[in-house]
Amino acid sequence: MAFSGLDIYKLLPKTNCRKCGFPTCLAFAMQLAKKAVSVEKCPEITAAAKAALEASAQPPIKLITVGEGEQKLEIGNENVLFRHEEKFFHPAGVGIIINDAASDEEIKNRVEHVNKLSFERIGQQISVNLIAVRQAGSDKARFEAVVKKVAELTKLGIVLISADAASLKAAAAHIAKRKPIIHAANKENYQELAAAAKELSLPLVVKADTLEELSELIPAVNSAGANDLILQTGDKPVNKKIWDLTQIRRMPLKKNNRVFGYPSLTVIKSNDTYEQVIEACDYILKYTGIVLLEGFEAYQILPILTLRQNIYTDPQKPLQVEPKAYPIGQVNENSPVLITTNFSLSYYTVLGEVEASKIPAFLISVDTEGMSVLTAWAAEKFTPDKINESIKKFGIPEKVKHKNIVIPGYVAVMSGDLEEKSGYRIIVGPREAAGIPSFLKNIQKAG
Amino acid sequence: MPLELIKEKWSNKIDVVTIGATKAEGGTRSKAIKVGGETGLPYLLEESEMPHKPVIAMEIFDVAPDDWPDTLKDPYGEVLNNPLEWAMKCENEFKADLLTIRLSGIHPDAQNRSEEDTVKLINEITAKVKLPLIILGCGDDAKDNLILPRCAEITKGERCLIGDAVQKNYKTIVAACLAYGHSIIAESPIDINIAKQLNILISEMGLPQERIVINPTVGALGYGMEYAYSIMERARIAAFGGDKMLSQPFICFVGQEAWRAKEAKAKISEFPEWGNEKERGILWEAVTASAFLQAGADILIMRHPKAIEIVKKHIEELIKN
Repeated sequence: MAFSGLDIYKLLPKTNCRKCGFPTCLAFAMQLAKKAVSVEKCPEITAAAKAALEASAQPPIKLITVGEGEQKLEIGNENVLFRHEEKFFHPAGVGIIINDAASDEEIKNRVEHVNKLSFERIGQQISVNLIAVRQAGSDKARFEAVVKKVAELTKLGIVLISADAASLKAAAAHIAKRKPIIHAANKENYQELAAAAKELSLPLVVKADTLEELSELIPAVNSAGANDLILQTGDKPVNKKIWDLTQIRRMPLKKNNRVFGYPSLTVIKSNDTYEQVIEACDYILKYTGIVLLEGFEAYQILPILTLRQNIYTDPQKPLQVEPKAYPIGQVNENSPVLITTNFSLSYYTVLGEVEASKIPAFLISVDTEGMSVLTAWAAEKFTPDKINESIKKFGIPEKVKHKNIVIPGYVAVMSGDLEEKSGYRIIVGPREAAGIPSFLKNIQKAG
Repeated sequence: MPLELIKEKWSNKIDVVTIGATKAEGGTRSKAIKVGGETGLPYLLEESEMPHKPVIAMEIFDVAPDDWPDTLKDPYGEVLNNPLEWAMKCENEFKADLLTIRLSGIHPDAQNRSEEDTVKLINEITAKVKLPLIILGCGDDAKDNLILPRCAEITKGERCLIGDAVQKNYKTIVAACLAYGHSIIAESPIDINIAKQLNILISEMGLPQERIVINPTVGALGYGMEYAYSIMERARIAAFGGDKMLSQPFICFVGQEAWRAKEAKAKISEFPEWGNEKERGILWEAVTASAFLQAGADILIMRHPKAIEIVKKHIEELIKN
């Protein structure tokens, strides 16, 4: 929570000495609140007041970086509890757990499979972010060897999971430049792990059964030198977990509680095909910064990544594509011309169906400011005038020699008006994109 | 210093709506189901109460659906062509909480089924199936206004849920619910203001607000799910803050939306990189449903028996104390 000008004024010497260049301490405080000057300009400020001011300038939830290069994952630094209040900023990391007890062959296959868990949806690539290597027994050498091997096989971020501090330290040292997460510091081992995390500059998971225990452990870990933390509470029913996650989000945002000012992590216990997916989705909806699960099948991961994409979309700014005439396939002057909006979901849904039909076509995305067909129509952003203008602006008269235009079935009512305005014959297409392949085949047959 | 958690205390709660009436209550249903009554945001049981858990209604059609993928048809088999047997299977084999009868076949552009055929079907189902009932029209105003009042009349006293009432067509359905003791589904197009406005219009006709449920119009996972999710969160926050005209339970048509998604329907041969179609379809519906539970859904209308089983089990986990 940022301080107001008056809050800051209370912390200043109130001597109006003018050494900062402002006539009064209050004037200086107002400039500080606007972040227009640095607190360094005040030579008289006490160390305690300076520390308080610097702390207030930090985001309430710290941004934590995991991994490096293209696969770098950033979590935390969130501002709201509900996405409609602003947006959720840093999409939760999704990671797959691999056991070090599996055979080398299995581990290799699994890592290569996880590397490919990446899908294109509405013009964005959605992917798994992390591989978590979990030590099954207490064989330190085995854990180190598997971690090294996994690091070679993947560019994804890595989480090191073990109950043994020595194994964690050794493995972390091998791959420190990959910025792995150390999982996890508890009340027994935190001194040792916090020191290691500090030395190697790595993020550290701090784990305790309850929020109360966490509230004591986090400052202890901070004092031991580790400040890039990720918080986790113990295993419990889903609703209790959601309560913990909600509190870890609420306390820094609503009460300026800095102890809990870090992102959170959840590990799915269930290995049921379906249950673990639902549970992972619940935690993504309810604020987890990272979720780790054992399931790795595409049919399990696709819904999880899709849900994450949905929930981290900016509610004020729908995903849009550039308004223009897109040629789909090997188009020529006889290819059909279809109209849709520039709302990504509309555009990509139609695009997928046109591609599936294998019939080359021009697809015009009209600038509806990212609204879908019906919404844009109701808001008068998808009108006969607008569509006519797009047809001409995007050069359809030069691109095709026929005079036919296909409009979405939901806006059939505008056919007459659009026909008059554009001089094109208007063909009403299907309401749902799924009907496009058979529709295109029919109009092709009809010639 | 002991840790001070932040507990939200709200001033208003969600209305309780009852669906179904037993013999003692003047109907013939085996049970009456209550939904709503929440005093805070979903599943935060440390700060609020959820006296009635969310329920799942299975959905049958008066005519066999023609756009279902095989993975969805398989668990039902032959009964898809026989609405009465289909309804009985939902009650006896799948142990549904409630039954939704969707009269798609009455639409003039579909089979244009008649009033007599529909009355006969509803009478048969009411006699043979004892679950609380939800009866849905086809979306054609004229046909719905003709047939839904008849359905309301022949199920008098059964305390059904009837829908959907929309802003441009609600009066006839409200009048029928008033006359025969039913409750109503008020549908708004992902718009909190229209949802509120419609509830006011319906209340002004004399239907108590404890007999209204809100259909906020949801999208499937990957197909606009987040719009409805946020509208529902906003409506709930407004309701708990004191807005009585948004304090009604939510009904979400999950099956209808989820099974339109390509990710739910496509065969593995079309998209090998998406994995098995059976599990994928089930999860698409189950995840869509569970997301809306987190936004405050009270009634889920679903299709795949396995998806329903999974979500039911998950609801138990969510309300575990």
